[in-house]
Amino acid sequence: MSDITLSLAEIVGEDYVSNRAEELYFYARDPGLLPPHEPDYVVVPQTAEEIQKIVRLANREKIPVVPMGAGLALTGLIIPLKGGIVVDMKRMNKVLGVHEKARHVIVEGGTSQGLLKSYLEKNYPRLRHSIPDSPSTATIAANVMIHGQGRLTQQYGFNSDMVTGLEVVLPSGEICKIGSCSLSPDWFSRGAPLPDLSGLFLGWFGATGIITKVGLRLYPRKKMRDVDIFVTDREDLVPDIIYELTHTEMTEDIVVFSQPLPLIFKGNHHVTIFMTGDTEEELEFKRKMVWDALDGFMKSKDGGFMWVQPAMKPTLLDMPQRSVTRFADVKKGGGFEYSGPILLVERYPECTRKLEELSSKYNLGYSGMARIIGRGHCMMYGFAFTFNRADPDMMDRVRKALHEVSDYALDIGGVFWKATVEEQKMALERMDPHTRNLMKMIKQNMDPNGIMNPGNWEVA
Amino acid sequence: MKYEDIVHRCFRCGYCKFTSDYSDFNCPSYRKFFFESYSPGGRMWLIQAWLNDEIKNSERFQEILFSCATCANCVEHCVFTFSDDLVNLFTAAREELVNKGVIPPPVRDYLKNINISGNPYKEPADDREKWAEGTPLETYDGQEHLLYIGCVGSYDERAKKIARAVGNVLIRAGVSLGILGNRETCDGNEVRALGEMGLFRSLAERNIALFKELGVEKIITLDPHAFNAFKQEYPGLGGEFKTYHYTQILAPLIQSNTIPLKEYKATVTYHDPCYLGRHNSEYDSPRKILKSIPGVELIEMDQNRENAFCCGGGGGNFFTDILGGGEESPNRVRVRQALDTGAQIIAVSCPQCANMLDDAGKAEELEEKLEVLDIAEIVTRALP
Repeated sequence: MSDITLSLAEIVGEDYVSNRAEELYFYARDPGLLPPHEPDYVVVPQTAEEIQKIVRLANREKIPVVPMGAGLALTGLIIPLKGGIVVDMKRMNKVLGVHEKARHVIVEGGTSQGLLKSYLEKNYPRLRHSIPDSPSTATIAANVMIHGQGRLTQQYGFNSDMVTGLEVVLPSGEICKIGSCSLSPDWFSRGAPLPDLSGLFLGWFGATGIITKVGLRLYPRKKMRDVDIFVTDREDLVPDIIYELTHTEMTEDIVVFSQPLPLIFKGNHHVTIFMTGDTEEELEFKRKMVWDALDGFMKSKDGGFMWVQPAMKPTLLDMPQRSVTRFADVKKGGGFEYSGPILLVERYPECTRKLEELSSKYNLGYSGMARIIGRGHCMMYGFAFTFNRADPDMMDRVRKALHEVSDYALDIGGVFWKATVEEQKMALERMDPHTRNLMKMIKQNMDPNGIMNPGNWEVA
Repeated sequence: MKYEDIVHRCFRCGYCKFTSDYSDFNCPSYRKFFFESYSPGGRMWLIQAWLNDEIKNSERFQEILFSCATCANCVEHCVFTFSDDLVNLFTAAREELVNKGVIPPPVRDYLKNINISGNPYKEPADDREKWAEGTPLETYDGQEHLLYIGCVGSYDERAKKIARAVGNVLIRAGVSLGILGNRETCDGNEVRALGEMGLFRSLAERNIALFKELGVEKIITLDPHAFNAFKQEYPGLGGEFKTYHYTQILAPLIQSNTIPLKEYKATVTYHDPCYLGRHNSEYDSPRKILKSIPGVELIEMDQNRENAFCCGGGGGNFFTDILGGGEESPNRVRVRQALDTGAQIIAVSCPQCANMLDDAGKAEELEEKLEVLDIAEIVTRALP
């Protein structure tokens, strides 16, 4: 074993460090389309103190450190672009505490979405968190780190908006608490009324520290859930439909999808409306409000509610929605990737036209999905293309299509979500120069040796 | 390689690692090693890399492939249409390594022992029937059922007790059966799982020929592994027999009071063996027996039935120990799960599981708190 391997083994135990070819191969890549780059070491720590020691070692030896949750962002954020140590967080997967009345939970930095869902259902059946549609192995910390969204995003904003506190190992190795927990035993606020320092970490993809604990808001879990789908073939009306729906404040979540198959779906925009209630009366009241809000579109024959077959409802109501993952195998090849810029809902029509244009230009299977964020404050529009890993030409066409999406998204006022390194560079180039300099100052001051997930958010 | 057409189709979504409610990681090798490379998805990506010559056949690669317990949790929980073939794919990759002659020494030794001795313990075939000494069991001679014991039940000291309990209870219930004695040889289930398809075929053909020669139509197995081989694999080789796990025979007999039982007060949790449960969907018969014993209270572990956590002995690991020991070894995790129920007894219906969990109980120093008993042994305690 090399000196570094020995040092890492002393920290995490010999069984949880590897520099074997098999781990280096696997951890060099994510399920997306970006080129791999091998780490030098992979470690699977169990405590924040172990991570602290790893980071201090990395600082001494000037070795990069790349934290990894489930690696499902698909945009290469966990690919160790300059080698170094990949820190797989998934062994830190405990729920540390729930404050039922104050509706928040504290979890370790590798806790999966699935584990928290299961834990709450079993122990706190009146509470829930905002579950994304990424697979259940996706971690809470990585999801808030990338400003992920979930089933409660339409009501409460990005999942990162729901953070109530953080524990972070800084690039210098200190274990730092962010929010009310920095001076109180309680994790009720990540900032207010203090300066909100969570912005030094959220959205930085691990370039400013490793999240080892997350406090997260929980919300009432109603006894019943249901879903309706409003369909229109006029993409230009989707923003108005969303405006009316969000005005009701009656929905749990709103997602709009479009896809070419089956054929009866082609050209249509499926506004999927999730509703909850503690009683049938509550649910029916909400449904009536929703239907009334869209009555004008039905009267003008611009849309209508499709009959959702009972057999289809469990698929739609599933959390996380496993059917989303199945999109990866449409081409029998285990792959899909999407670019999901955050932008105004009024951009929906042009996004959907662009998606169809690109799928036609590059001959690709596609799916469009808009997740409404807040009361129509913005949306994530996913330009998603499926591909076959055994077909390099198809993979290349998807890369080209996504590259065009990146340019297009910026042109129409969008901001990249979980940006690839290339997109980060594009964003930094267009960014207000004072903002860019501020980011540079933050990064240089927090991580003077440049060891934390290098390549990401690097201002030249 | 067989199943090569699906090897590139894994998305690394990770559903394969979980229980259906996501409450815990349920892949024994991932739970033990915690590197993605030891998960079903990791194996798929590495097999593809190996086929593409991006990685070599190393000791680590072999450990990754052969530490799979073939428990089929991934088959149960993978969301893709190729899920049914995941274990088949891993077995096919093992077969490739076997064919190339580059496999872990414990796997090599196991296969050699089976080939030479007809059992993994290098014990003489003439000693095979010794387990039955002192029982009323007779040699098969046209009885309704053949009771097939298998290598573990025939030679392993702990498992021999289970075999005797099963034999005695079935005889007491009036089931017409006979044993092969020294003519019995390995069923080949683990040989197949370890990828030695030639040896498996040879064992299976030999067994099928013998069963046919003796006029066997119905087989009762002690071991779910043998049950799986006879039920799932032998028909493809011309061996069509009505095959039962012994719990499937006992359950109706006990429920109908054909075997009267006295009260036996105990709290019991049941561990589903993978080759009876997930591989063959038999979850109810063992539970019916336990629930029919007066005084027995059955308490389920959180991870039960389709979500049962494997003891780590499947896929040949019972013999090769490639999954290895330690605090996070699957058998120790499983006994801790059993302990959480508050039960006094872990009931099993597989001699391999019994051994794995016995060992784990000792390692966890739980012998005083948690007893590992086969269902037939519990029934024996309740016999008047």
